[in-house]
Amino acid sequence: MAVEVCIPTVFRNYTSGSKYVTADGSTVAEVLADLEARHPGLGSRVMGADGQLRRFVNLYVNDVDVRTSGMLDSRLRDGDSLTILPAVAGG
Amino acid sequence: MLSIDRSIVEAIVAHARRDHPDEACGVVAGPAGSDTPARHIPMDNAARSMTFYEFDSMEQLRVWREMDDRDEEPVVIYHSHTATEAYPSRTDISFAGEPGAHYLLVSTRDPDSEEIRSFRIVDGVVTEEPVRIVEAGVDPHAVQSYMFGQSPATVDYECSGR
Repeated sequence: MAVEVCIPTVFRNYTSGSKYVTADGSTVAEVLADLEARHPGLGSRVMGADGQLRRFVNLYVNDVDVRTSGMLDSRLRDGDSLTILPAVAGG
Repeated sequence: MLSIDRSIVEAIVAHARRDHPDEACGVVAGPAGSDTPARHIPMDNAARSMTFYEFDSMEQLRVWREMDDRDEEPVVIYHSHTATEAYPSRTDISFAGEPGAHYLLVSTRDPDSEEIRSFRIVDGVVTEEPVRIVEAGVDPHAVQSYMFGQSPATVDYECSGR
C-alpha cells in the first residue's frame, strides 16, 4: 500500500528537496524500511538499528503520535499519511 | 543576525519569567523565506522541568500544520535557562533539528535582568549571532543593536546605531 509521507525541512536533503514522498508498506515500520530503500539514509534518521524511533524525531500517523500510541507495528489503512517532525527539545 | 521586534522579545521574556523556575519554550513564526519573526506562539514545556524542555508532540503537530497552512516557518525557536547562562547546552545542540531557525535563549537566573542571546545550530555546530531589537511603530531607523560577546562565560554589550 502506498502511503504519503511528509518530510521536514531538515531531512529534505534525502528527498531532493521534496516535501512529500510516497513509500510502500502495511505497517509504519515497513514504510520506514521502504523510505530507507528509496532515499538511502532517510529511514535510519527516523528509526534506529534497534527498530525503535529515534529519540529526537516525532512520527505521526494522520493525527496520532506513533511513539505514545505504540503504533510502529500496527496496520496502516488506505489513505493514511505519515508526518515526520524533528522533536523540539533541549536542556 | 536576528532582527526581532521589541514587543515579541518582551512577550518571550514575560513567558520565561512566568514559568520560572521551570524552563519555558516556544516559537516565533514568520512568513516562509522572510527571516522575519512575526507571530509569537508560546508552547507548553511537556517536560515541566528546571533543566529540560520539550514541546508537547501533539501541540507541535498542530502548530506546525498551522504554520504550513499560513505559509509560515519557525523563524525563532526559544527556550529559557533558569539557573545558567543563555548558551546552548549539550542537549540543546544534539536535539537542534531546524537548521534554518534562530535558536533564542533567555536566562532568568538573575531576577532583575535577562540575558538574551541567539544562535544558529547546524549539524552540531553552534554559531552565535547578534540580536537586533527593532522598535515597531516608531521610527523604523531608530534601531538599537546588541552585539553579544562570543565567550560563553561573559556577556558583552555593544550598543550602536543610536
